[in-house]
Amino acid sequence: MYPENFRYTKEHEWVRVEGDVATVGITDHAQQELGDIVYVDLPKPGTRVTRGGTLGSVESVKAVSDVYAPVSGEVTGINPMLAEAPEKLNADPHGEAWLVKIKVSTPAEVESLMSAADYETYIGAEK
Amino acid sequence: MAAAPLRATPLNSVHRALGAKLVDFGGWEMPVQYSGIIDEHQTVRSRVGLFDVSHMGEIEIRGPDAARLTDFVSTNHAAKLRTGQIHYSAMLYEHGGFVDDILVHRAADDQFFLCVNASNQEKDFEHIRGLNRFDAQVELTSDRYAQLAIQGPRARFTLQKLTGVDLSAIHYYWFTDATVSGVPARIAHTGYTGEDGFELYIPAGEAVRIWNKLLQAGAEFGIKPCGLGARNTLRLEAKMALYGHEIDASITPLEADLEWIVKMEKGDFAGREAVRKQKQSGIRRRLAGFEMRGRGIGRDGYEVLADGVPAGWVTSGSPSPTLNKNIGLCYLPAALAQPGRAIQVMIRSQPVDAVTVETPFYKRAK
Repeated sequence: MYPENFRYTKEHEWVRVEGDVATVGITDHAQQELGDIVYVDLPKPGTRVTRGGTLGSVESVKAVSDVYAPVSGEVTGINPMLAEAPEKLNADPHGEAWLVKIKVSTPAEVESLMSAADYETYIGAEK
Repeated sequence: MAAAPLRATPLNSVHRALGAKLVDFGGWEMPVQYSGIIDEHQTVRSRVGLFDVSHMGEIEIRGPDAARLTDFVSTNHAAKLRTGQIHYSAMLYEHGGFVDDILVHRAADDQFFLCVNASNQEKDFEHIRGLNRFDAQVELTSDRYAQLAIQGPRARFTLQKLTGVDLSAIHYYWFTDATVSGVPARIAHTGYTGEDGFELYIPAGEAVRIWNKLLQAGAEFGIKPCGLGARNTLRLEAKMALYGHEIDASITPLEADLEWIVKMEKGDFAGREAVRKQKQSGIRRRLAGFEMRGRGIGRDGYEVLADGVPAGWVTSGSPSPTLNKNIGLCYLPAALAQPGRAIQVMIRSQPVDAVTVETPFYKRAK
């Protein structure tokens, strides 16, 4: 369920790092908790984000939920599909419905995030 | 301080087994969704949905003066109800604000059955008892009943398979005491979805059996269990008030666009003087429907601006799965509360364009 090559936050974001670029999304657990997603708000490319700061928000029929930056850096791209098809986040949160790409400024931050196994334990305990 | 344990309906374990997402709803652990709010919403609009609404409260008023007491605590004209008839009504404080909104069923000449909001039931019961200077008894009987709502264009066909009573003979806002699958049931032709359907009051101990029977009976029509998430989007499209949102102790029926449930000519009732004064002086604010024009959802509690200045607040707001728009209800200065007025809703510190519109947002074809 949760890819081994991703890292995870307690706020239910995932990160996949390739070189110095991190692709960021929300986890399957997060989309399940939110239910039908109807809006995704993302920062403009070029925005500098700090780990733990607000990256954007995801809105379902029922509620709005903030998304936090799992790592610090500069937003270099956002997923263009989500403006028109936010429901893709329910269908494929770990794949085509990624949210943003961030050029990582502090690579050590990635190391402190949870592994897939740790995250599964974490969400198991949360229930 | 430890949180009080959540109250549960007799169907709690059934919801878990069905994979529902359970949430704290006013102190009750209730299913907010099963397959998804949008899917459940559309199922009720097009086919049939089954809701567990056993958290709702029941209060029974009996005795020679049952009609007089009911008429004193409730704004609609209870004495005019015929046996088997139901109406929507309000209970008001002396200052004219809502204690609760209720459904009043007349079960006999000297017997009234009130369906009240879950989290208000103890307060409502104490309120009625406190005003009881009549020859009538008041009893809080919520624990005896489970309440199931079967709603949608196929609700009638589903329920008809389980009862000998001819459902087409039960007019809208009437009820019949009969049996469903052999179990005594109060079958009320009412609902909170804007769709045709029935609300069943059954013995709490039979809830699981009747729930399963209804799901089986509705299978051929595509029935689905539905949660409180869809119930909320359905009632919002139909502009039905929700206590704690459109109405509460600080809001009067005139402000909430519910003057039609206040019968001034019937004689004295709690809150009458306050309503009379407000009718004379006019209301300052009024409930209005709106549609978002800009991108975003105006949600409960968000501030509303008119001409750039704070003018009111959103009471309920949501995507409308039927209309594919973002809709909501809000309080506005009475002079601004007509359809077609440009307003803005503050969404995360940004004003977003919206416009007031006619309500209800959705009305079913007859």
